[in-house]
Amino acid sequence: MTATTQDHAHHEAEPTGLKRWLVTTNHKDIGSMYLLFSLAMFLVGGAMALVIRAELFQPGLQVVDPYFFNQMTTMHALVMIFGAVMPAFTGLANWMIPLMVGAPDMALPRMNNWSFWLLPFGFAILLSTLFMPGGGPAGGWTMYPPLMLQTGTAFPFVIFAIHVLGISSIMGSINVIATILNMRAPGMTLMKMPLFVWTWLITAYLMIAVMPVLAGAITMLLTDQYFGTTFFSAAGGGDPVLYQHIFWFFGHPEVYILILPAFGIISTIIPTFARKPLFGYSSMVYATASIAFLSFIVWAHHMFTVGMPVAGVLFFMYATMLIAVPTGVKVFNWVATMWRGAMTFETPMLFALAFVFLFTIGGFSGLMLAIAPADFQYHDTYFVVAHFHYVLVTGAVFAILAAAYYWLPKWTGHMYNERLGQWHFWLSVIFVNVLFFPQHFLGLAGMPRRIPDYSVQFADWNMISSIGGFGFGFAQLIFVYLLWQCIRGGQKAEARAWEGAEGLEWEVPSPAPHHTFDTPPVIR
Amino acid sequence: MRKMTARRGLGLAGLIVGLMSVVSPAAADLGLINMTRGVTESSRQIYDLHMTIFLITVVIGVLVFGAMFYSIYRHRKSRGVKPAKFHHSTAVEIVWTVIPLGILVAMAVPATQTLIELDDTSDAEMTVKVTGYQWFWGYEYMDEDVQFLSRLDVDSDRARQLGSGVQPASVDNYLQNVDKRLVVPVDTKIRFQITAADVIHSWWVPDLGWKKDAIPGFVNEAWTRIDEPGIYRGRCAELCGRDHGFMPIVVEAVEKDEFEEWLAGQRGGDAAAATASSNEQSEVSDQLASR
Repeated sequence: MTATTQDHAHHEAEPTGLKRWLVTTNHKDIGSMYLLFSLAMFLVGGAMALVIRAELFQPGLQVVDPYFFNQMTTMHALVMIFGAVMPAFTGLANWMIPLMVGAPDMALPRMNNWSFWLLPFGFAILLSTLFMPGGGPAGGWTMYPPLMLQTGTAFPFVIFAIHVLGISSIMGSINVIATILNMRAPGMTLMKMPLFVWTWLITAYLMIAVMPVLAGAITMLLTDQYFGTTFFSAAGGGDPVLYQHIFWFFGHPEVYILILPAFGIISTIIPTFARKPLFGYSSMVYATASIAFLSFIVWAHHMFTVGMPVAGVLFFMYATMLIAVPTGVKVFNWVATMWRGAMTFETPMLFALAFVFLFTIGGFSGLMLAIAPADFQYHDTYFVVAHFHYVLVTGAVFAILAAAYYWLPKWTGHMYNERLGQWHFWLSVIFVNVLFFPQHFLGLAGMPRRIPDYSVQFADWNMISSIGGFGFGFAQLIFVYLLWQCIRGGQKAEARAWEGAEGLEWEVPSPAPHHTFDTPPVIR
Repeated sequence: MRKMTARRGLGLAGLIVGLMSVVSPAAADLGLINMTRGVTESSRQIYDLHMTIFLITVVIGVLVFGAMFYSIYRHRKSRGVKPAKFHHSTAVEIVWTVIPLGILVAMAVPATQTLIELDDTSDAEMTVKVTGYQWFWGYEYMDEDVQFLSRLDVDSDRARQLGSGVQPASVDNYLQNVDKRLVVPVDTKIRFQITAADVIHSWWVPDLGWKKDAIPGFVNEAWTRIDEPGIYRGRCAELCGRDHGFMPIVVEAVEKDEFEEWLAGQRGGDAAAATASSNEQSEVSDQLASR
């Protein structure tokens, strides 16, 4: 099973062409496929976002029917969360965790292959629902009943697709945990692991804990629809709010699944370009673990307006506010890492710094949202939309881009075009703020989310936001071009591509050979 | 090179502002950037909470980002600095764990007070039952035998059709006008009982300070006491299907005697309309039951 037993002749016998990718069990091949798949989904989900922003460019309906608009908001979220961000992190985990812990491959290579190949099929099903009679799902990615039960033919296909994606995530997580716990090079103790490995270990546990909960919730939707159960129907003794509790018991840990690996990436990149060790390594580990624990006891802050008993609202408000403490520790540690370093500002560092700044803004609005009485105003408005796009786009997505720039030399053996990278960064960071910052204003001024049309007092900021949206969207094409260029050729990358880079992945040549660490490295 | 890119970015921002001033409708408002103070005691408390927590985050932001940008400016390799070697300090870690905790406790106290007050619907002087439908609202004045439905007004409805050619700015209160307003008295504690007939909706008038979900099969309670007569506009805040964006709420607060007069008029004149609406209600629940 392990690469250590494979001889050279065996390598030559490996299939080539399409079949190579279909049957590969190599963590680097699978990592690359995950990352490219994620990029494709990022562009698909982005195109849907542009339909949304085109319709919202002006008041009145100009582009799409309201029902199609709802399909776009629903699918945009599902595609971005399950198709773009999660597979990107799994791709990074596949590529980097074995290299970082000195393992020859992932612990369960065949399952690794399967967990990737489920994704294209899951998304083929999910995206095909847009062409079914009655259209795709239009009840929001949260799929609240009873509205979700009004979905047409697409309904069972959506549920099935999400089951498939969930199975893929669970298998990916099992693989990550098995690799980290069993395959570290001798001497690589847990508290010596790079922070990216730590954050992924915790993320993987979160996923195994909550993906089955989502599966349960949507299966109950399915039986309510087709098999006469009434879990979520008051007429049969059920409760629509029960669904929301179950969903958000999955949903809140899910948002940390989308951000913890990003914390790990930023904690890797900042020390490299500050040429100074990460400040407070162990407090970073404990903060990550605390955030993960708290994520299980804050779910109902997504439901402050459903009419919970006041004691419940108070509990969830206090617990949510507490998350600010470990998150604050992380931000302070990053700033302390920069402090008195010797920084340079290559593209990965720029994205990492933008992450610290903009993710923190998302954290601030998150703290505001935690204040339950104020949330009675904020809830379900564009303020919330602005909040979670700051943490997911300028948070998760920026971290993924930073990681891509940081490790591209290791993956391709070539340095990317720094000039294009800087263009990509500056255009992204300017437009993303033009896109999302005004949405804070819109929400506070009273614009609800998920509406295709709005009254005229919201026109100005919507127009600015749409301009930012198109600018941000097209700026990503620079990245696609840069990536293509970098894969094809360019300046040869050294084994240690960055002056200040630490870690086992920089000990192997660039590009990383197909098989690495056949014999475990020596850990100092 | 980076400087040049930044300058181009500025140019782009200028272009955007220029474009905006040409095409944006006259009624739009760039100054509309904050939460309303509203017209009730609770809405003002909520506004104050909002501004307090906002200012706290601004102060923390200035400190943290100040340190960060100072470091970016000073501690860069191009200035020939040598990196320091320090990598942890338990004392510092404790300080920046404990201080935020203190701030949070200070914030939690007023938030708790406001929350408990908002939750207390007792001693209400009148009760209005609000029912969410796909896609309009139903109102019933409890024990007064007055009920009606409230839908998007005809002008907005015409203008909002895909490719209608009607400029939204030319419609009076586009998408925030209804055919029949919810009329309520000022200086009266009004209890709302909020429910829905089909899917989940959410009843939200920003000037009252809160929204509450309307959930089929359950009744949620909330209350308000409006200080000033006026017309307050809101909308459905929970995705409820195709026309979620087209079910506005208009509350008209009037003096008490004016309200009594209005209510009396409704009892006599609109009995037929009331029956029609209750028929419709039972129709909807029949549909729901058959599903």
